[in-house]
Amino acid sequence: MPETTSPEKVRIRITVNDVAHDLLVEPRTLLADLLRGDLELTGTHVGCEQGVCGACTVLVDGAATRSCLVFAAQLDGTAVRTVESLAGADGTLHPIQQAFHENHGLQCGFCTPGMLMGACELLERTAEPDPDEVREALGGNLCRCTGYQNIVRSVCAAGQSMTAAKNGAQA
Amino acid sequence: MKPAAFAYLAPHDLDEALDQLAEHGADARVLAGGQSLVRLMNARLASPAVVVDINRVGGLDALSLVNGSGPARLRLGATVRQRTSELSPEVAAHAPLLAEAGAHVAHAPVRSRGTVVGSVAFADPSAELPTALLALDGRVVARSRSGERTIEADDFFTGPFTTSLAPGELVVAVEVPVTAAGTGTAFVEVSRRHGDLPVCGVAATVTRGDDGSVAATRIALCGAGERPVRARAAEDALTGSDGGADAVAAAAARAADGLSPIADCHGSADFRRHLARVLTGRALRTAIHRAAGEADNA
Ligand code: FES
Ligand code: FES
Repeated sequence: MPETTSPEKVRIRITVNDVAHDLLVEPRTLLADLLRGDLELTGTHVGCEQGVCGACTVLVDGAATRSCLVFAAQLDGTAVRTVESLAGADGTLHPIQQAFHENHGLQCGFCTPGMLMGACELLERTAEPDPDEVREALGGNLCRCTGYQNIVRSVCAAGQSMTAAKNGAQA
Repeated sequence: MKPAAFAYLAPHDLDEALDQLAEHGADARVLAGGQSLVRLMNARLASPAVVVDINRVGGLDALSLVNGSGPARLRLGATVRQRTSELSPEVAAHAPLLAEAGAHVAHAPVRSRGTVVGSVAFADPSAELPTALLALDGRVVARSRSGERTIEADDFFTGPFTTSLAPGELVVAVEVPVTAAGTGTAFVEVSRRHGDLPVCGVAATVTRGDDGSVAATRIALCGAGERPVRARAAEDALTGSDGGADAVAAAAARAADGLSPIADCHGSADFRRHLARVLTGRALRTAIHRAAGEADNA
């Protein structure tokens, strides 16, 4: 019976927030649980474990991914980014976090890590998204608090401030 | 909940994968994108003893135009992501229905891992991509240790989440005939929320003859039965007609003939029949416009 055997662990080499790890994982370990349990990166939240809420969204090789729908064993050789990678070591907020702060883009904060990582992927692709593009990109991220308006506003504002900063740096 | 324990196998080539599937038979599940399988495993609706991850098998991620014997076909390998298909210029040019239907599947982060073939093999009767495959008269290429066979979409889906695949067989690709000039396609659906599985959806292809009449049509529905089904009465009604408003209305009125849709919290069987008729009308009007080479909002 599958319940009583103890299948062989799988070795993975994985980079999480620029730190390389060489790990032995049980095949059934979800990426979300690897991050939260083994690596103690509890910023990634788990809402539904069904791929429905988006709270667990992280970047795998740059692509927004439901960490509850991927086994860690699948991720040998990949690079993962979580919400912990955003703020600076001194606590300086990432421009996306700063924009959420300024635009009241969160209340309880449960959905926020997923929103931020989804926004990261979007802004990587589209520097200054319009509200429709933000809604399309974050349509699979549920928020029970904000009513979404301020989240959309936050991501648009983040795009503008990041573009302004980039242009400023080049000038 | 968390998945039950399982053994994880990650074959590097197709033969190795087929050996493993043959060895473990019904105890094994294939993991491609995992966006349905892992969800089921998390809920313990599936507890396979062995998971065969085919993502490292070379060559399965090819999306290519095949010009062999017979008409040209577009072939999507087993690990082609839904997002890749949706954004692919080849798919847009040669099978736009796949891209249009694919854009309705869940949300982008799910589509960037989920595969087209996985959705077809999973055979959810409400899902968009199996229905698109059926409307396109596509086929499934299945491989096992004893060789390769192709299964027409018409014969592939046998029931809810059930297909005519034999134990030990792996779907290595799906193929659809290239959508030629003079053929228009459309996919429309009604879902409770953006990204949800549709309550009902319709995929239609319409080919117009030189005189402008409807030479051929295929209409496939999801959410309308135990598997993706064709609306044959509507197809028959439209075929040979002038494709005008009256002909479309007459065909759409027949779209729910013979269907026995499920009733659940998302809609009664009657509501689904109603949607089948209304959405068939919409899909046909759009497909006919496109077959004539007209812009969508003309
Ligand atoms: S916890 Fe992963 S999508 Fe909800
Ligand atoms: S801020 Fe509470 S769920 Fe979004």
